[in-house]
Amino acid sequence: MNKTYGLVAEFSTHEALIHAAEEAYAAGFRKMDGYAPFAVEGLAEALGKKNRIPLLVLVGGVVGGVGGYFMEWYASAISYPINIGGRPLHSWPAFIPITFELSVLCAGLTAFFGSLALNGLPRPYHPLFHIPEFDRASQDRFFLCIEAKDPKYHEKQTRDFLAALQPLSIKEVPE
Amino acid sequence: MSEPEVKSSTLISPVSPLGYPTNLLAPGQTYETVNTTIADIPLRRAPGPWWVGFIIAFLLLLMFLVAVTWLFIKGVGIWGVNIPVAWGFAIVNFVWWVGIAHAGTFISAILLLLFQPWRTAINRFTEAMTLFAVCCAGLMPLLHLGRPWVFYWLVPYPDTMRLWPQFRSPLVWDVFAVGTYFTISLLFWYLGLIPDLATVRDRAKKLWQKKLYGFFALGWRNSAAHWQRHQIAYLLLAGLATPLVLSVHSVVSFDFAVAIVPGWHSTIFPPYFVAGAIYSGFAMALNIIIPVRKIYHLEHLITERYLNNMANIMLVTGMIVAYGYFIEAFMAWYSGDIFEIYMMMNRAFGPYGWVFWLLMLCNVLVPQTLWSARIRRNPLLLFMVALFINVGMWIERFVIVVTSLHRDYSPSMWAMFYPTKWDWMTLFGSVGLFLTLLFLFIKFVPMISISETRELVAEPEKATTP
Repeated sequence: MNKTYGLVAEFSTHEALIHAAEEAYAAGFRKMDGYAPFAVEGLAEALGKKNRIPLLVLVGGVVGGVGGYFMEWYASAISYPINIGGRPLHSWPAFIPITFELSVLCAGLTAFFGSLALNGLPRPYHPLFHIPEFDRASQDRFFLCIEAKDPKYHEKQTRDFLAALQPLSIKEVPE
Repeated sequence: MSEPEVKSSTLISPVSPLGYPTNLLAPGQTYETVNTTIADIPLRRAPGPWWVGFIIAFLLLLMFLVAVTWLFIKGVGIWGVNIPVAWGFAIVNFVWWVGIAHAGTFISAILLLLFQPWRTAINRFTEAMTLFAVCCAGLMPLLHLGRPWVFYWLVPYPDTMRLWPQFRSPLVWDVFAVGTYFTISLLFWYLGLIPDLATVRDRAKKLWQKKLYGFFALGWRNSAAHWQRHQIAYLLLAGLATPLVLSVHSVVSFDFAVAIVPGWHSTIFPPYFVAGAIYSGFAMALNIIIPVRKIYHLEHLITERYLNNMANIMLVTGMIVAYGYFIEAFMAWYSGDIFEIYMMMNRAFGPYGWVFWLLMLCNVLVPQTLWSARIRRNPLLLFMVALFINVGMWIERFVIVVTSLHRDYSPSMWAMFYPTKWDWMTLFGSVGLFLTLLFLFIKFVPMISISETRELVAEPEKATTP
């Protein structure tokens, strides 16, 4: 029961949080995350986070487009051919609008569900929600959390490191 | 950068040399003022005007239900449609509603890609408008089907009749275009909403509110890694929605342009329809935003700058639409085709001529007042102009659908179309559906993007671009 999730430091501006993130990354911490009430430009990069969404969305779009075209071709030329005045069954220009729409649809579904899945959402419970002050991460405060599973984590030393960044407060997060 | 710092409180609504206000955000905004202004609206009791509006909208919705129920009992014969005017109000309403939807996507997607900060306070709103307008639009062709209970035959699936939809038909393209448009708009809107729902969750005092907003916030915790994926996914969805703005209304215009009816069979249709769509969408956005801004005292977030910019876009798209009218008339004359020439003469001077001139008044003449910066900044006058444009755009679709069909090639086939009371009830009832959904949105969802407004607070230079 006494396990800790990590140490969380509270800052009042986004500049202070980016600075703290850079310092922590330079000090060798990797298992950490920043929390801010809006998308702070450069924060994820300062924390060394990577992003695979664009590739996923491309794959989704290609699958949707190729699949859509295949469906139209199969339906119109193979499964249910109708000869109308000898016009070609594989009339590709007429298949383009739906191919386009299905590419967009599948890419969009991938962007939405892919980003949620990689973010691990929905996840109603998280240890950070134990900290009453953390409610302000969605209002007006900025937080940096160094997690206990980081190999460089050491309760005393990490606390001293965070204190040197002059946060408003430092809290221990129970698991 | 080298200029001396000016206290923002001294800059009370400065005006640029072109005559429009430069500030996107009124002076003196902090994170907390933004939070309380926007996030507390869903947590408070609704104000009086909300109830009045909601009840009126709900009564209209009930009227819609009556009209639709009677339609399902009796069939489309209760409408004024017949041969030759087989496409009546349902198709006019469909095109009108799809058009209204477009401004939302234009504001949220195209302006996001162009890094225009003046979308911030209005994008959530117009995205909601898009969703609800597409709901109304999607219902119309279904109601017009005659046998709406088999609407799913339009969707490709391995059915026991071993049939497939006709993929070469613009009407089937429509199913895919409108279906994709609705889905992408919904995902885009909800993705942008998740962080704001978390804000409301964390501010809620009552348990049921915490549970409700907590459920829909999906456990969002504002993590930087999450924000990064969220922003990229949001940007990509915007990029995907952008071609949809152009493609959906182009596909809708193919429904007409692919037919050989004079007045429909025209290559100008796709661009002219898209411009008209954005035109009417901005008009509807202004018709909604202006009262809401007043009732909820949001003038310091939705500043005059927004109204001015939206009016500018209406002026531009309005001119494109006017050009479309001119080219239609010109091409009819230039083609030398007697049916095309007759169509144009009949449109302007035939039995429906007065509708055509009403269209010119609403869509060409009245919007010229927007050249005046004073009118663009005056919410009341702007509201009136937008109302004219909304009515005008509905009339435009009426002119295209009805006057083209009622007299085509063979005079023995000519006939008049008169709408019945069920036609009118369906039209105004669909407005009721739209407004009911919109009022529920205003009551329960943060109607301005809180997290994006915070960005404007954090970086005030973004909020005062000239």
